[in-house]
Amino acid sequence: MTSLLTCKDFLTALNEYLDETEDAELRREVERHVNECPNCWVVFDTTKKTLKVFKGVDLHPLPEEVHRRLMERIHQRIGGASKPQA
Amino acid sequence: MEQTTVAAELNGDAALVARARQGDASAFEQLVQKYERRIFRLAKNITNNDEDAEDVLQETFLKAYSHLDGFQGNSKFYTWLVRIAVNEALMKLRKRRSDKTVSLDEGVDTGEETMVREIAVWEDDPEQKYSQEEIRAILHEAIASLRPAFRTVFILRDIEELSTEETANLLELSIPAVKSRLLRARLQLRERLTRFFKRKGDDIFAYL
Repeated sequence: MTSLLTCKDFLTALNEYLDETEDAELRREVERHVNECPNCWVVFDTTKKTLKVFKGVDLHPLPEEVHRRLMERIHQRIGGASKPQA
Repeated sequence: MEQTTVAAELNGDAALVARARQGDASAFEQLVQKYERRIFRLAKNITNNDEDAEDVLQETFLKAYSHLDGFQGNSKFYTWLVRIAVNEALMKLRKRRSDKTVSLDEGVDTGEETMVREIAVWEDDPEQKYSQEEIRAILHEAIASLRPAFRTVFILRDIEELSTEETANLLELSIPAVKSRLLRARLQLRERLTRFFKRKGDDIFAYL
């Protein structure tokens, strides 16, 4: 492959790239495209950062009282039936 | 994760499930404590409502307990749990919607929808500008803005880190459908976050 990916093809390939595809050829083409195309470089960079931000934050930590109420219900349930129905 | 760690974790769960089936309450409690945080986060992300998320959390573990005998040892316990939780959460979502038309099939257009509008370079460490609390609010608002069909795929793939195959299987979607929804979700979120994280003074212009 010698021709550069189009911007549209780049977007499709980006998904695979972000999923850490082992397709070395595809990775090279994505990298080559973003080196040549400043707009796509921005999309590439900011999409990577988007995932990083989401992965770095626990969006909804479990509130202590929610944990407590869950355990109460579990205890009620398990106490009410010592064993799941066989 | 290393192979051995994965294997140990799977064995650990299988052993706990086996003990819970025999009526060992503490084994089931260990499973609850291991996964309650992830199930709550999943439920909250999908339903976008505190009360619903708590109901989903409780129902998921109670159902899991009642159906332990139906759990096939060849799948991961966590994946099995996620399946129950996703179904419960989607039911809640449908109940909340007055039109009752929330469907995972909505928006399956294959057209040339514009997917990228804002192009602006971000700060190097965009998170640094905001407090942890503000970041949570920004991310939460961004996820909540996605349509359920996209949101659910993004949550399972990028937050809960299920594989494409697992996600497709769970939502009864084809693999290409999962991939295309994931791409759209990622790009829409990128777009949303750009408003908050872009470097000051950078121009914004449209392309595609």
